[in-house]
Amino acid sequence: MTSSSAPAPLLAARGLSAGYPGRRVIEALDLEIAPGRITMIIGANACGKSTLLSVLARVNSPLAGRVELDGTDVATIPRRGFAQTVGLLPQHPSAPDGLTVAELVARGRHPHRGVFQRWNAADTERVDEAMRRTGVTELADRPVGDLSGGQRQRVWIAMALAQNPRILLLDEPTTFLDLSHQIEVLDLLRDLNRSDGTTIVVVLHELNLAARYADDLVVMSHGRVVAHGTAAEVMTAEVISEAFSLEALVIPDPLTQTPLVVPVPGGSHVVADAE
Amino acid sequence: MTAVATRPSAPTVGMVRAQVRRRRRIVVTGVVLALVVVAAVSLSVGDYALSPVDLWRTLWGGGERVESYVVFQLRAPRLAMAIVAGAALGVAGALLQSLLSNPLASPDLLGISGGAGVAAVFGILVLGIVGPLLALVAFLGGLVVATFLLLAGSRRGDGEYRLVVAGIGISFLCVSITGYLMTRAQVELAQAALIWLTGTLASTPWWNVLVVLIVSVVALPAVIACGRWLPLTQLGAGTAVSLGVRPGVVRITTVVVAVLLTSTTCAFVGPISFIALCAPAIARPLLGHGAVGIGTSAAVGALLLAGADLIAQYAIPGISLPVGVVTGALGSVFLLWLLMTSKGRHL
Repeated sequence: MTSSSAPAPLLAARGLSAGYPGRRVIEALDLEIAPGRITMIIGANACGKSTLLSVLARVNSPLAGRVELDGTDVATIPRRGFAQTVGLLPQHPSAPDGLTVAELVARGRHPHRGVFQRWNAADTERVDEAMRRTGVTELADRPVGDLSGGQRQRVWIAMALAQNPRILLLDEPTTFLDLSHQIEVLDLLRDLNRSDGTTIVVVLHELNLAARYADDLVVMSHGRVVAHGTAAEVMTAEVISEAFSLEALVIPDPLTQTPLVVPVPGGSHVVADAE
Repeated sequence: MTAVATRPSAPTVGMVRAQVRRRRRIVVTGVVLALVVVAAVSLSVGDYALSPVDLWRTLWGGGERVESYVVFQLRAPRLAMAIVAGAALGVAGALLQSLLSNPLASPDLLGISGGAGVAAVFGILVLGIVGPLLALVAFLGGLVVATFLLLAGSRRGDGEYRLVVAGIGISFLCVSITGYLMTRAQVELAQAALIWLTGTLASTPWWNVLVVLIVSVVALPAVIACGRWLPLTQLGAGTAVSLGVRPGVVRITTVVVAVLLTSTTCAFVGPISFIALCAPAIARPLLGHGAVGIGTSAAVGALLLAGADLIAQYAIPGISLPVGVVTGALGSVFLLWLLMTSKGRHL
């Protein structure tokens, strides 16, 4: 994309607490998301990873601490300006009946349009490009509701791309997809990252895919970051045991040499999950 | 536009969007033409019937005095009120339905009309109010309900659901309070209140039309803003925020505007039922692309109310019904049809 020359800004959490009054899901969390890299956040259910993502995207406000964009508290940045830089694909986005793919992707242009500014050729060009890169151009006039799960996810990513963010946050973008479509989505995200330098932050359940696609892994447990680094540094049997209460063997992936988690049969220490 | 290497017939974004615009133009033109026909008939027929030629001449100021009086003082204000009130109700319905992602959400079912109704009935029966002050009282009643709705809907997560449930509860409460007041009242007063409660456009003076028109124009910028925001909040709160829109602001603005439009019309013509529910439900499938359809709903609402008033005046020879009787009858049939053909609509 055109603005790919400028490096992505640094998104960081400083002493961040979040959740609900009386029940903090995240407690005094510090995290710097490396610009221009793919960061994947993993952790057991209810560890606070989705909450972290929603606070980073300003969907929820922190209870304490703050989120910074290049050192500026995001609470002081105008909403529309923030939306020009940071995009979010939530876990369960919804589209009204009959909405076509082209119309949905076009809605991603909202933060770039002024109050009195009409739709222009640059908007059309950006939407065209976003749809081409995600391979949904052919679907332009189809209703979103008629698409398969994999197609739909690519359409939503196209909408986020039309927004042209420098940082893209995705909450479990591969849930409900079969393995080949999971790979398709992750390959697409990697392409975006490699060609534009867009910072990509993904909450992911699939540990082995996370290890394979992430430049940096963030492992969370009980609202805290327990490990942060490359997959090779972070994904060890000890960390897996701490974060997932799971006994596992970690071996090199035969194809990519990234860590591969092999759970030990009957190795779960979770008796009654607090969820 | 950039060249896209795809199958020859592959529609580009520009083409799809141009289709959407073209379809909207056709739909709005069609509805407005139908409205012109209904308006012409409304102005012509009646005890003093005018031929199309006479009507045309009268409209351009060339009619006889009695013709001018019938058209401009008796029929035109009634027709104008039907158009303005119908459009306002159509907009209010479209706003609430898109906000709540619920095709049943409308000012009548959410108790906004009910609140205005209770206040007005209280004004007529207990305080003995008539005239302009009654409109203000009805408006305040709608505002009280709106406050409750916003309080109920302010909770994060399930706010929209709570708002709908609160609205349904409030509307039942209003029915019961109205019933209590009516049974306690003297027959003559109750009769007057009942006609108001049914909703009627009969004997509308021009200044009533003017007030509703002014309020609608004042609300227009907020309506336009909602028209830009609602397509984004439709995609879920998370997506809306990530596109720079605050769902809380959208909710408050939308509800306040819908209440303003509903209770203002309600104040003058009574709680006319079903227009706000039906107009967007007809406009959306006509547009057919998941649109919010505020403008089209306004046009459809105007057509529906003007048409319903025509039926109300002349369907039964010699008897002029309150328009609310007709909208209620037609609207309930429409609601049943909506139920039969619905396959899990999602807005």
